[in-house]
Amino acid sequence: MLYAILCYHSEDITTSWTKEQDDAVLARLKVVEDKLAAEGRMGPVVRLLPTTAATTLRKTKPEPLVIDGPFAETKEQLLGFYMVECRDLEQALDTARELAKANDTGGAYEVRPVGIFRPGSPR
Amino acid sequence: MTDVSWIEQTLGGARPQAVAALLRYFHDLDVAEEAFQEASLRALRNWARNGTPRDPVGWLVMVGRNAGIDATRRVKRERPLEDPSVLSTEEDSESVMADTLDAADYRDDVLRLLFICCHPELPATQQIALALRIVLGLSVPRIARAFLVSESAMEQRITRAKARIGGAGVPFQPPTAVERAERLAAVASMVYLLFNEGYSSPNGDDERASLCDDAIRLARLLLRLFHTDPELMGLTALLLLQHSRVDARRAADGSVILLEEQDRSRWNPRMINEGLALIDKAFRHGTLGPYQLQAAIAAVHARAKTPAETDWRRMEALYALLEREMPSPVVTLNRAVAVGKVQGAEAALTLVETLAERLDGYFHFHGVRGHFLKQLGRAREAREAFTRAIALAGSPAEAAHIRGLLDSLA
Repeated sequence: MLYAILCYHSEDITTSWTKEQDDAVLARLKVVEDKLAAEGRMGPVVRLLPTTAATTLRKTKPEPLVIDGPFAETKEQLLGFYMVECRDLEQALDTARELAKANDTGGAYEVRPVGIFRPGSPR
Repeated sequence: MTDVSWIEQTLGGARPQAVAALLRYFHDLDVAEEAFQEASLRALRNWARNGTPRDPVGWLVMVGRNAGIDATRRVKRERPLEDPSVLSTEEDSESVMADTLDAADYRDDVLRLLFICCHPELPATQQIALALRIVLGLSVPRIARAFLVSESAMEQRITRAKARIGGAGVPFQPPTAVERAERLAAVASMVYLLFNEGYSSPNGDDERASLCDDAIRLARLLLRLFHTDPELMGLTALLLLQHSRVDARRAADGSVILLEEQDRSRWNPRMINEGLALIDKAFRHGTLGPYQLQAAIAAVHARAKTPAETDWRRMEALYALLEREMPSPVVTLNRAVAVGKVQGAEAALTLVETLAERLDGYFHFHGVRGHFLKQLGRAREAREAFTRAIALAGSPAEAAHIRGLLDSLA
């Protein structure tokens, strides 16, 4: 089954990383990503821009309401996600554990099975 | 990278909000800073063992508050110190903290902390130094290096600035809407000054240049707290869009490369995307302001893949709006450049000539004027204008650029 591994962390902290620190985190994650790719389990990876760049469209009636900011004001924000092919929840959690070991800076991973997956081809 | 350095990084990220909240409790900057220090020391021990708590700011405020109360009691000798083990139990009750420390409180706390750094009696450079020290927690040696002064001089400067704001009444009541807007405006202009300190650094990669990153950090922090404020979106976008060109604006020898001649593949696409997203968001509010307009102008450049693709009509319209929001002969001079691209050199020169009196001592005025005279085939006058410009040039690179134009006249 395909699992989404959603990455959460406090933006107060992640946006205070220097470029070198950010690069170091990405380099360590890359090792895990390469391993997953070699196993043929790696799907798309998305890193979102900060929630300050987010806009939310509330499905209000009669007209949807467009408001500034992310969907939820939380202490930790959704920063991006991985899509990984996993046999079962145990393997998905193992993968999340590996990512957590590579990026040991705090935050959380939400592991969630994928319902519909259309990779698309945006240009 | 070791665990400790990541904990330190987390402490740095949590610092503005934690110190700001502690200042609200103690009404004393020194006590607040010391309480944060103490909480940080305990965090280094506790987090290395138990991992980073879910809400680092809440943890630090709670532990710092207890430490600060202890310190105050110790000074007053009212009662003996509490057993430290009593304190450590509170470090675990995160859910309690989450309830007591609402995000809404932090907004005005952080704004207050930044605002007291902007005390009008302090010169701009001291406001900036104070914000770097107090809000971002930069070390005095680092700030000293960024401002190219000795450590002892910077230490003195910060101590004196602190004494000055300590004496002035710090406003602790919740601000009214008008006061909040005034504070935001003062703080935003301080952040912009900080950015420009870094941007004007003669080398592209030293400590001084890293002030740009600090300014962006503060702008993002403000925007996260006041995420519906279009001028803060504009400010953050402006800083990101200008900073996106940092790797392209210096030649190997350190000289400035003009925007039109920069290698645009070296512009940072992530910063550009974030800047463009923010300016789009800001414009939806329909309340224009100087930061939004300057960001929108930077965005016109950022959207153009080559200089020839620049939307000069939009540029001209934006400068006209900026001129109305923030009248200044320099803005008019910039509008003249856009007018030159859209309507031609004749119309542009007419506009430029209206500025002759006010900008007579300004390098760019004579450079731009010479450029349009040259385009109109008035070589003798162009030569005179370029010669004036060279005399007023602020750097060898500026002079060299004009000399190149002079040579092309021959």
